[in-house]
Order: sequence, then structure tokens, then C-alpha cells
Amino acid sequence: MALTKEQIAQRIAQELQDGFYVNLGIGIPTLVANYIPEGIDVVLQSENGLLGMGPFPEEGKEDADLINAGKQTITTVPGSAFFDSALSFGMIRAGKVDLTVLGAMEVSDNGNIANWKIPGKMVKGMGGAMDLVASAKNIIVAMMHTNPKGESKLLPNCTLPLTGKHCVKKVVTELAVLDITPEGFRLLERAPGVTVDEIKAKTAGKLIAEGDIPEMKFN
Amino acid sequence: MNKIYANANEAIKDITDGAVIMLGGFGLCGIPENCITALVKKGVKQLTCISNNAGVDDFGIGLLLQQKQVKKMISSYVGENAEFERQLLSGELEVELIPQGTLATRCMAAGYGMPAIYTPAGVGTEVAIGKETREFNGKEYLMEYAFDAEFAIVKAWKGDADGNLIYKETARNFNPLMAMAGKITIAEVEELVPAGALDPNQIHTPGIYVHRIFEGKNYEKRIEQRTVRKQ
Repeated sequence: MALTKEQIAQRIAQELQDGFYVNLGIGIPTLVANYIPEGIDVVLQSENGLLGMGPFPEEGKEDADLINAGKQTITTVPGSAFFDSALSFGMIRAGKVDLTVLGAMEVSDNGNIANWKIPGKMVKGMGGAMDLVASAKNIIVAMMHTNPKGESKLLPNCTLPLTGKHCVKKVVTELAVLDITPEGFRLLERAPGVTVDEIKAKTAGKLIAEGDIPEMKFN
Repeated sequence: MNKIYANANEAIKDITDGAVIMLGGFGLCGIPENCITALVKKGVKQLTCISNNAGVDDFGIGLLLQQKQVKKMISSYVGENAEFERQLLSGELEVELIPQGTLATRCMAAGYGMPAIYTPAGVGTEVAIGKETREFNGKEYLMEYAFDAEFAIVKAWKGDADGNLIYKETARNFNPLMAMAGKITIAEVEELVPAGALDPNQIHTPGIYVHRIFEGKNYEKRIEQRTVRKQ
């Protein structure tokens, strides 16, 4: 069974470690905050100027001056701090953020990522994505394995304008967990019940699948 | 020295057609609502606006776009505005999209008196086309120039008669950076107090950067994505 978006987030949350400062992008990455493993402390950074992002507010307690980078109303946790946008990207550029999770339209087997523009169709802008991928120590992409037409989003080369080059370290999709290595995508885990052959068929970029590939585990 | 203006109309009086203006805010959070309304009322045209976003169709910079007052937008993300996309695809509006951290740091550089900065954001992408690059410690960086804007318009929570500003929560965002970067900086504040009434330890923008200040009225503070906890 392919994973749900919630399960993709749940699997990515297993990568979190105690003391991590983490930036979560819009979409599936935002859901990762719901699955932070018990017993570890993770501080969420929102690039519009907040460290220590908390859950959404209770009904009636929304504050227009307190939003995340997706423009959603949020709360803070004890120990949080506000700052301006230059300092926010300063800490990102300086490598203080331990992990960045973001979505993508395409990822190539050498770690390139495209997620900001479809020429002639969609021009929304890169927001903070180019800054994040250029500097983050560890980047995990959360996305579906194929696009709505069924075409692979894991490619030998990105066809869309790039957001960054040679930066993605890991990809988690509804079918698989893959590392990006100098040799290409390395299959680490498969979704429960999904075969290696199916993953191979849906991965257009170079895929290495050696030995027994374990199924992902969920608590 | 008097920096206090009566209202937004007075504070923006000398902004004319073709001006380059910076506008603080992230999405609709911390935007200078009073000054935007005044610019719409004044009807100045051919503006170049430097702002992280372009508002939504009927609020924020979207109001200036509706009246076709904007010639060029310099932003990082404009996905929330259908009128914007229409004007862009039809060629009526010129747009320069730049990475958010680059946008912020180009403001900061202007306020710090530095002509340019180096950043890795955009290396190997179309953002890098035509830009000078330089390698430091084996990594490639783009040179990006400090902004040069005639006016910066920002929104703060509290301000005093000397122009010292304090921002609230994530409504800070680009405001202190743009406040530093304008040749003339106009600050609208929710609460204007006499000099000495703010704790000097808590000031985010020192008054030297602020030329005009007024207490704004009728803040709507529209929420773009109202999200609440599931019960």
C-alpha cells in the first residue's frame, strides 16, 4: 500500500533527532510537526522570523501578527524568539538549521531540485526555497513519486527551472525512502506491500536497489 | 526636529509617479495598510514596488495592482494574487523574482552601507544569469547589490516621536530591514508615544533610520490563512 501524505510525514519525522532546529516547508512537510517522536526536543524555524513555532491556535485565539511562512495563524512554544527576515536567512545560510524538509516538483538522481516555476504556466516565485537549499546541511524532499499524469518525478535530469543544484540528500515518497548518492538514487526502504519492481518502474533516474530492501516501519 | 506627520496622506505627499518604494510585510502580516490606502487615493502610477509579496486581490499591494499603479514588482513569492498573475502573463506588469533571503539581505546591506553581498542562493539556477560569481572556500556565491530605494514604507507596533520603532511578533519580518534601506523612511505605527516612553533596550529600529512617523488608524490586519487546532 502506498503511504498517505500523513504517513510520508510520519516517516520523515523518524529522521528527527534531539536538539534539531528544523525548517518545514509548505504542504506535506508541515505535517511532520504532528509526528515529532516523544522524548526528543525539536525547535521549528519559520523563515518569516520565528524560532519555536507551536501548533495552530485554538478557535478564537488567532493572532494576525503571528503567522508561519505559509501565512497560517500559529502559536509559539515556551522559549521562542522573533527576529527579522535577514537574521532568519542568516541563521539558515550560516548552517545553524539542522534539517530542511520541503516539497518538490522534480528531483534528479544527482540531487538537483525544481519546485518554483513552470514556464508559461505557473509563476509564483521561489520564496525562501533557493536560500534554504543552497545552505541547509541536510535536505529531505517530501513528495509524491509521480505527477498526476503518472510520470516519474525522480529523474535523470530536472526539466523545470532549478531551485538548487546537488543539494537534496534524501527523498521520501508514498512508495519509498531513497538516499541520493554519487551513483544515483539508493533505495533504502519501501512502503509496506510495495514491491521493488514497482519503485523501479516509477523511478526514471538511476536507481540502485541492492539486497533485501526492508519495509518502512511505523509505530 | 519634527518627524511626526498627521496621517498617511501627509506622509506620502511627495511620492510621485515612477517612484521606487519598499513596502514592509510578509503576506498580509505587518503591511503598512494606511500608506497603501493613501497611495491608492493619491493615484501615483508607474511605481516600482520592492516587497516580499504582492498582497491578495483586494488587500495590501493588490489594491495598487487593481488600479494599475504598479509598473514593476520585485518580490520573492507572489502566489496569492490572481490579478497579479493576469497582469504578469499579459505583459502589463514587469516582475523580478528573487530569493527571499537575498531580498532581505539586499535591504540589510543598504542599511549597513554595504554596496553588495555574496550569497549561495540561486547558484546554478536562472537567478544567477548575468551575475558576478566568486568562490570562497570551495563554494560558489553570487554577488547581489544592495537595494537603492527612494522611499521605504514600514509598519511597526509602537513608535516614538524620535522615530524609534518596536515591532510585534512575526509582523517584524522585512520591516526593520526596509526601514534601514530607504533614502526616506516612512513608518506607520499602531501606537505613537512621546520620546522617552519606550524602553531603549527594546528598540528594534533606531530613530536615525526613520524620517517620518504617524499613528495609523483602523487597522484591519486581515488574516490570509486562518487555521485553528482541531478539537
